[in-house]
Amino acid sequence: MHNVYIVGTGQTPVAEHWDRTAVSLAAEALAGALGTVASARVGALYVANALGGALHVQSQLGAAVATAADCCGVEATTIEAAGASGGVALRQAYLAIASGACDVVAVVGVEKVTDVLDGRLETGLALSGDADWEAIHGATATAQWAMLMRRYMHQYGYEAADFAPFPVNAHANGATNSNALYRFPISADKVRVAAMVADPLGMLDCSTVADGAAALLLASEGFSRELSGLRIRIAGSAVATDALALHSRRDPLWLGAAARSASSALRQAGLSPSNIQVLELTDPHGIAAALALEACGFAERGAGVQCGREGAIAPGGATPLATGGGCKARGDTVGANGVYQVVELARQLRGEAGKAQVSGARMALAQCLGGIGATAATHILLAE
Amino acid sequence: MDLAKHWRQRAARYRLEGQRHRESGLIRFPPEQPAGQAAEGWEPHMLSGAGTVYSFAVIRQPSDGYEVQSPAILALITLAEGPRITAQLTDCDADQVAIDMPVEMVTRRLRDLGPEGLIVYGYKFRPQVGG
Repeated sequence: MHNVYIVGTGQTPVAEHWDRTAVSLAAEALAGALGTVASARVGALYVANALGGALHVQSQLGAAVATAADCCGVEATTIEAAGASGGVALRQAYLAIASGACDVVAVVGVEKVTDVLDGRLETGLALSGDADWEAIHGATATAQWAMLMRRYMHQYGYEAADFAPFPVNAHANGATNSNALYRFPISADKVRVAAMVADPLGMLDCSTVADGAAALLLASEGFSRELSGLRIRIAGSAVATDALALHSRRDPLWLGAAARSASSALRQAGLSPSNIQVLELTDPHGIAAALALEACGFAERGAGVQCGREGAIAPGGATPLATGGGCKARGDTVGANGVYQVVELARQLRGEAGKAQVSGARMALAQCLGGIGATAATHILLAE
Repeated sequence: MDLAKHWRQRAARYRLEGQRHRESGLIRFPPEQPAGQAAEGWEPHMLSGAGTVYSFAVIRQPSDGYEVQSPAILALITLAEGPRITAQLTDCDADQVAIDMPVEMVTRRLRDLGPEGLIVYGYKFRPQVGG
């Protein structure tokens, strides 16, 4: 397998882009990732999108984005894996270079949700679960995370307030990210008294889904030498799945697919969790971040919440998380999240993260989940 | 309207009909449709409907079509026979629910698919009557 490098990144702000189409957002992000590289050099395009079909926004985004981005005719694929779409698309792009099939490929994650009202969006998000045995009962992804939070609190003896450090940290970092949806800090007190969305999850421990697009340009070793700037190698890449329905998992509090993909990606990179200096995880709620930290081996079972309480998730801590604001403050772009994550980690590895910079960051981990972890994609990035 | 799908799942939805393996005695729900070798030994089995609450949440931002029932209590229930399922809790308020509380299955309306569609019935769970 050949080495694979990230040689370009691009993104639009995460926002309610009333006057933009999904395709125009994607083209903008891709232009940013291409930089001075001619679009004709792109050998294949991987478009990550979770909800286009479900919300009647647009199907066949692969072809649509290819045309809009001046790559008309190029091999283009649309990848859907709910919230893991971005990471799974990156996996396909990685394989295209690693196999030697392509020299230069592009990944674009895009989501356009503001054309529909809340009820239809919730229905679309619920498609990441089991339609026949979960969604039919009115289950929403948020309600499922809420049930896990309540069980976790019961099993390990925590209160809802113990999860507040996660959204507080996300907002503190989001305030320094000009592309974030929310750029103001919040206090633990505000999190505690916020209205309930799905008891015990309150509004300030729930991400907001919004529009946006992020893109990456991947290249072979040879092509990467033609460009200047820091070379970022994808040292590990793995995707795993788990039972679709949460109730089918032997231990619903164990994110098995997250664990398997993380362990596989780390092994491929020859690293252990303690080598990782900055992380991006699927963190629409504190409970999601806590469970992912445990599954990836950054915390013992039942201790993921401590990472928040002890400040480990802050830029100066042992497991810096959500340095760009995460799902909560950068914004939750569902299918595009996995790509925004890698764009943020590239910013960290290049030393361009300003106030949210993790000092000397060289090794990073990005993980995104589909639904409650039925699909998990993990990538390890190394600055060379 | 999904007529065929709801018809296909009626036994499981109305009667909590799962499957039991003739030799091992293992019970599973929902019923599965394996092919070939994997299908051997499994026969239809009606579960008792008794279970306990593994966890629950109150849904205040429902999906389309579930607004009428809002706020609804969603639960993960561990059935007496072993399998765990997802269902709404009914006939109680959220502050009366606790983890490990015994519950029993009842048949209720899950969704009304509108004047052109059908009414989907299925299982919900209520606090066990008579303890």
